[in-house]
Amino acid sequence: MEFTNIAYVVGAVCFILGIKMLSHPRTARKGNGIASLGMLIAIIATLLNPENFGPDGKPLISFQYIGIGIIIGTIIGGIVAQKIEMTQMPQMVAIFNGLGGGASALVASAEFFSEYNQFENTFLPVTIILSVLIGTLTLTGSFIAFGKLQGFISGKPIVFPAQQLFNALILVSIFALGYLIIMNPVDLKLFYVVLIAAAILGITLTIPIGGADMPVVISLLNSYSGIAAAATGFVLMNNALIISGALVGASGLILTQIMCKGMNRSLQNVIFGAVGGDVSGGSGEAQELNIKSYSTEEAVMIFDAAEKIVIVPGYGLAVAQAQHAAREVGEWLELQGKTVLYAIHPVAGRMPGHMNVLLAEANIPYEQLKDLDEINPEFEDCDVALILGANDVVNPAARHDKSSPIFGMPILNVDKARTVIVNKRSMNPGFAGIQNELFGYDNTIMVFGDAKDMLNQLLSDFKEL
Amino acid sequence: MIDIFTVFILAIFVGNEIINKVPPTLHTPLMSGSNAISGIAIVGAIIATKVGGEIGSWLGFIAIIFATINVVGGFLVTDRMLKMFKKR
Repeated sequence: MEFTNIAYVVGAVCFILGIKMLSHPRTARKGNGIASLGMLIAIIATLLNPENFGPDGKPLISFQYIGIGIIIGTIIGGIVAQKIEMTQMPQMVAIFNGLGGGASALVASAEFFSEYNQFENTFLPVTIILSVLIGTLTLTGSFIAFGKLQGFISGKPIVFPAQQLFNALILVSIFALGYLIIMNPVDLKLFYVVLIAAAILGITLTIPIGGADMPVVISLLNSYSGIAAAATGFVLMNNALIISGALVGASGLILTQIMCKGMNRSLQNVIFGAVGGDVSGGSGEAQELNIKSYSTEEAVMIFDAAEKIVIVPGYGLAVAQAQHAAREVGEWLELQGKTVLYAIHPVAGRMPGHMNVLLAEANIPYEQLKDLDEINPEFEDCDVALILGANDVVNPAARHDKSSPIFGMPILNVDKARTVIVNKRSMNPGFAGIQNELFGYDNTIMVFGDAKDMLNQLLSDFKEL
Repeated sequence: MIDIFTVFILAIFVGNEIINKVPPTLHTPLMSGSNAISGIAIVGAIIATKVGGEIGSWLGFIAIIFATINVVGGFLVTDRMLKMFKKR
């Protein structure tokens, strides 16, 4: 047993070191390897734990179940990890969050069924109920988030009357039932009702959240899956689960805060606000915008005279699968001796850091990817800001128009650049459903069309120059 | 009992310190990697195949599948992503 606990400490140290090495892209891959080594150590130590063997050396745990389970899980996990598209990463993380929460809830349930007629104190049933509650709502909430991201369920907020009251009632009844279970654990029906109620709560908490807020929800569910693991750690008095769960819980919470800050929203507003669907009206009447539409040939002239170019990719770029075309244009411009940087807004993708992964996939070196704080001072002496499929995150109304729904949201100050070139498919407003005054600015020109076609056209026009 | 609470609280603080140092560029790998770490529930799942007799073993079995998908899928996909982050 001593050696098992020592191995758990080693595993936990590996996790901490692994995350620490994620502080730089150079060391990150090695860090991930160290973290997976830590997991292997923890698993082997558990399998070899002397407590799992009887005095005659016969195993008390079912190596058959364990072996088959690990084989099935490895095959599914391995295939998903290889096949998944980078644009679908949020969906995959959502599902994995759910499975993590589900595993914790199952383990706590197993413990309940083995101990319910012999609880010695209230600590064990309390932790079991907490673990089941958090784990189960993570499972169902994650599947709803997955459905919204994949388009199986409408991205619009789904609301019904007195939704928050309903959620509050469910939560209160779960705690009431939990109290009854502690008083009378042998009544298994109560436990099943808690399970079902937690499953419903996960659904009703997630359906009112709009598609645009999914980055926050995924981060939050990520945090829950960690908290569920930690709660299960308390059930089993197992340090490996407690430490790892705490790390993941903290990580998810930090990312949740970063996402909320990126949208200038409070967590309560995201969870209970039911926005991000079709916001009608917005800031009063849509102003008349005086738009200048250019062809790619004309745009090439502007690029030719420029020295410093900042490319601002939005999610529309990824949807159009135009990352590679953007990289080709960027490389061409660099060959002409120009400086090219990429400005990445915190909520540019569908999950934290998503856009960076999509650009890395297109072989854009990470040194060129700049986050909000790094890039904003650069716009002052920037000749051309090229906006590809981004909208709300470059809307200057966020800085000055108090009536705008996005007022106060940190934005990329692209309007400070000498010339702003905006590529859009059409004049449709962005996620927040509001018109962007940037498009009517004197230094803004619009090049309409599909991002990939436009970039390819731009490249061939460059080469003809 | 107080020991494991101490461990829990300290782990949260350590987590806060190191995660705040992860740059936004690597937030997606951080998330999928920490996801894999939350698959540590597999340790509990292994123990669960012992505790509960028939029901417990089945619940443990399903939990092992879930957690293994999490661990294997999470670490592999994180590696796949991090491989793409290249220097100039």
